[in-house]
Amino acid sequence: MASPVIRLVDITKVYQMGAEEVHALRGVSLNINRNEYVAIMGPSGSGKSTLMNIIGCLDTPTSGLYELNDTNVSEMNDNQLARIRNKEIGFVFQTFNLLARSNVLHNVELPLIYGGVNSADRKKLAMEAIEQVGLGDRAHHKPNELSGGQRQRVAIARALVTKPSILLADEPTGNLDSKTGEEIMALFDILHRQGNTIILVTHEEDIAAHAHRRVRIKDGHIETDELVKDRKVITHPTLTSV
Amino acid sequence: MSWWLDELKEGLAIAFGAIRANKMRSALTTLGIVIGIVSVTLMGTAIEGLNQAFNRSVAVIGADVLYVQKWPWGGGANWWEIRNRKDLLIQHARAIEDDATTVASVSPIMGTMRNVTYGGKLVEGVIVIGTDADFITTTNANVDLGRFLTAMEANGGRPVCVLGSEVAESLFPNEFPVGKVIKVGNHPYRVVGVLEKQGSFLGLESFDNRVYVPINRFFAEFMSRRGGIQIWVRAASLENVDETREEVRGILRKARKVEPGAQDDFAINQQEFLIETFNAIGGVIAAVGLFITGLALFVGGIGIMNIMFVSVTERTKEIGIRKAIGAPKRAILIQFLLESAVICLIGGLIGLVIAFPLSLIIDQILPTAMPVSIVVIALLISLFVGVVSGFLPAYRASRLDPVDALRYE
Repeated sequence: MASPVIRLVDITKVYQMGAEEVHALRGVSLNINRNEYVAIMGPSGSGKSTLMNIIGCLDTPTSGLYELNDTNVSEMNDNQLARIRNKEIGFVFQTFNLLARSNVLHNVELPLIYGGVNSADRKKLAMEAIEQVGLGDRAHHKPNELSGGQRQRVAIARALVTKPSILLADEPTGNLDSKTGEEIMALFDILHRQGNTIILVTHEEDIAAHAHRRVRIKDGHIETDELVKDRKVITHPTLTSV
Repeated sequence: MSWWLDELKEGLAIAFGAIRANKMRSALTTLGIVIGIVSVTLMGTAIEGLNQAFNRSVAVIGADVLYVQKWPWGGGANWWEIRNRKDLLIQHARAIEDDATTVASVSPIMGTMRNVTYGGKLVEGVIVIGTDADFITTTNANVDLGRFLTAMEANGGRPVCVLGSEVAESLFPNEFPVGKVIKVGNHPYRVVGVLEKQGSFLGLESFDNRVYVPINRFFAEFMSRRGGIQIWVRAASLENVDETREEVRGILRKARKVEPGAQDDFAINQQEFLIETFNAIGGVIAAVGLFITGLALFVGGIGIMNIMFVSVTERTKEIGIRKAIGAPKRAILIQFLLESAVICLIGGLIGLVIAFPLSLIIDQILPTAMPVSIVVIALLISLFVGVVSGFLPAYRASRLDPVDALRYE
């Protein structure tokens, strides 16, 4: 069997909050394979955000080993981590986090600029990603000219454009109404079927039900790690053709 | 190697975007740099003008001419002692002429001020100089019309004169001056020549507002007392001017019977002293001037730094986003450095545009042009100020933790 995309071994994370030490993670071990669709769940304060930051290489663990594609990233410096984030990870945030002054095309191009891709390839790859999320006719619009669902799709295009090893979505439907949220989840389903590895961080059972595997975090531990039996598959009429 | 070009382009785009988005703020911030650059370039232009004026003046004095006088240039230590020195006399000039071997020519000089008239025209306050025929070789002056005094005229004390160009223009705007008889004070003199224009000393005292007459006649008509002259000596070669000075010194000490070991009772002045004095004074003026105007620029730089800190704080979230999608520290640093550099460069350019017409006003007082070097230096300085004052905010931005920055609202 191929080695996992993500291999976490006994990860801990301790924050210093004034005089107090906060143990956000107390020894988390987790493997995620290629093309898995994993939901990470847990109440606020459970450590799921910390785990997401570590998986997303935004933060480094206090101890433990983190291998991403067989590369040990747990002891990398800031610039090496930036490079890993650029190449291997596609973020989708709850608040979209688009650059307000830039148009859709430029927002999607941005990771490629930092990745050193030349201008012609950049335009081509960015347009491909934009069309993949169904926004081909909106490429030159600013984010404030788009609806919430469209903005999130721009963010997904930005995450996809570098063809990362994992898509890391943090409450991707949290700022959307339920109908738009369903559309976004349908898009994730399609991306998963196209071979992407998706990690979904959420506290909503409904959203987590789209994943194949559900990891519950509580008090810095993995509480349960199971396959989703009642898996929810929706096919949105506007997206099935994509 | 295209990655840095793309990052640079991205950084520039962000910089201009940010400046456009905060027009008022950017304009006010830039104002500090504009004022700084205007004052620095104007000060630089004025200093350049002063230097040029001095160099033009000092060239007339000549590097190889010694000016033997009672008073040393730049003032002596003991006013009373100098005041009581014996006058320099024509025979002292003759002694140098006869004995010196490293001297090209020697001229006794005596001056006073008189009105000069011709027909109905009057020129007031002309410097009348009594000298001899060698004056023209001693000072390296050039004759424009006619000729200079001949040895025969000078020694015989003939009533002839040579005009400085300014006097000639005033008295003879439409006539050929040579051969005409003018009145210097109350005495008639026939004009035998006109000298070429020589300019003025620091724009103050004109070298051309002069009339040259034979020194013997000068004493007879303008000065009751014989004495108190200056002796101008041209050295045979510029390289050996120090040797010439020592020789002249020896001859004069002997002629004036100065005791061995006693101090000279005369001064031998040189262009070099003037240059030294000017460089000392000019250096202080330049340093103080540039320091004060530099302060304006410094204050402008602080303004830039302040606004860049605001800019970084405002855009913490944006920095977080950029970092999350893989911007290295370097890219963030460059982004903010470019922003402050662009603000300062724009300020520098505006400053130059404002300073140029103002430099034309300086040109009226101290003839000069704003030197190209000042333009280049001004732009480099504004770039430098931008980078220096932008560095701390940019560095802080590049060091932000992506997790914290993303959480910032």
